[in-house]
Amino acid sequence: MTVHFSYVRPASLQDAMGQLTGDNARIHAGGTDLLGCLRDEVFPVDKLVSISRLDKLRGIKKTTDGGLSIGALTTIAEVAVHPLIREKYTALAQGAAAVGSPQIRNQGTLGGNLCQKPRCWYYRGEFHCLRKGGDFCYAAEGENQYHCILGGDYCYIVHPSDTAPALQAFGATLRIAGPRGGRDVSVADFFVPPSRDVTRETVLEQEEIVTEILLPPAPAGLRSAYRKVRARQAWDFALAGVALALEQEGGRVQKSRVVLSGAAPIPWRAVEVEKIINDSTLGAEVIREAAAAAMAKAVPLSKNGYKIPLFQGMLEEELEKMRGA
Amino acid sequence: MKKKEDDEKTGQCQCEHGYTRRGFLASVGVGAMAAIATTSKLSSAKEASPAELSAEKAVVVTLLVNDRTHRLLVEPRWSLLYVLREHLGLTGTKVGCERGECGACTVLIDDLPRNACLTLAVEAEGRRITTLEGLMQGEELGPVQQAFVEEDAMQCGYCTPGQIMSVEGLLRARPQPTPAEIRQAVSGNLCRCGTYPHIVKAAARAADLKAKR
Repeated sequence: MTVHFSYVRPASLQDAMGQLTGDNARIHAGGTDLLGCLRDEVFPVDKLVSISRLDKLRGIKKTTDGGLSIGALTTIAEVAVHPLIREKYTALAQGAAAVGSPQIRNQGTLGGNLCQKPRCWYYRGEFHCLRKGGDFCYAAEGENQYHCILGGDYCYIVHPSDTAPALQAFGATLRIAGPRGGRDVSVADFFVPPSRDVTRETVLEQEEIVTEILLPPAPAGLRSAYRKVRARQAWDFALAGVALALEQEGGRVQKSRVVLSGAAPIPWRAVEVEKIINDSTLGAEVIREAAAAAMAKAVPLSKNGYKIPLFQGMLEEELEKMRGA
Repeated sequence: MKKKEDDEKTGQCQCEHGYTRRGFLASVGVGAMAAIATTSKLSSAKEASPAELSAEKAVVVTLLVNDRTHRLLVEPRWSLLYVLREHLGLTGTKVGCERGECGACTVLIDDLPRNACLTLAVEAEGRRITTLEGLMQGEELGPVQQAFVEEDAMQCGYCTPGQIMSVEGLLRARPQPTPAEIRQAVSGNLCRCGTYPHIVKAAARAADLKAKR
């Protein structure tokens, strides 16, 4: 049983934002991450504002510019099987299919997947860690086998989302509603690294709600994939993962975006890889060099050094699959 | 008949399990029973207005479980799992990790398998909920249940209701699934006895049984 909280399920977005006042009011979308956090008392909550009645926030449709709009309340399962997403934005469909379990995917939403809390066991457990306002990261010298190797700064979480890397690889934008008007934020700018603010994961303000995820048109020749390596095949978070979106012509990479999951506190753009593979053909030498470059700046903790060869091997395999495509 | 009228007044189920009512009385107290009787008429008005439900006060919700409507008092923090077991006496749905990791609490919500532990009861209002008990065909086991028996797809049996609900959900969407689809469908259900090969066989047999009925 969780702590007591009041509950409201507004009928309009405006009402929902109005209800989100006070630091301890939280948004309930699918509830899969939230209810676990409530049981573990990860953060204080005195009120839940359920947005599950806001049907305008559901569904997948084409946009006038030829891209795609995905309502924030669209379930992960719906994203995973949508024909257009599977065809044009394959990495996103594959990322969604790799989230949690079938039950979680039927309930969890795309917006919620982007706003979920980290899975660090100190953060979820009874430790008043840095991210919870304490003054110590227990992972830094503790059980850190599932923690980050890049971008760690005081706090060593990895970002748990499988959809965010794919969305970032496609250059997606989040539409956010707020009491003082809306704003669009690119997925790349949505996540907050610990070096900027160790107590938050996203730029979302208290009364703001992610309403829509916008994908730009998929250019001809775009090929994408998401690979997730985990300790067991069913229902696990990524030890290492990568979303690749490559545009190739005549066997040469014209443009690429490579975003890692399981590596850093935010979805981690591997620009070093992109620099090496852009304007190149994906030969064995280029692939080896690119995979090594991805890990050049990695700083492993005491128990997660295995992630470096894991990422390199995974990147080599995935780049190999992209060759000549 | 008297019992039925009482049931309607209290919004409690009329199922034959005697422990339901006892469990209900034990956990919310007699005072709350009177409260249901007086507030149940308000539930339809509540739909239109987004009034905030206060934290420690129970409110009336209407849940459609196994094709029967139940009106009952719930606190906002109560999970669907808790309400199904402790207030409706539907103990086929099991308590496991209560974190969405094990699948023991799997039920169908609008025909899709979901974790009852991660669903607030107040969120389930207006949805069609199916539990293991809802698969019974009178006194007979439903086809998925029957197939699990025939394929010996359980050892301790604790995960079995959740496994069965995941298979039921799969077959409602895909009446003739491939082995890969079956394995994926039960991938959110842990079995610590390791009966997975039998579960996959049972799911395939269930598809056949369903097709025959």
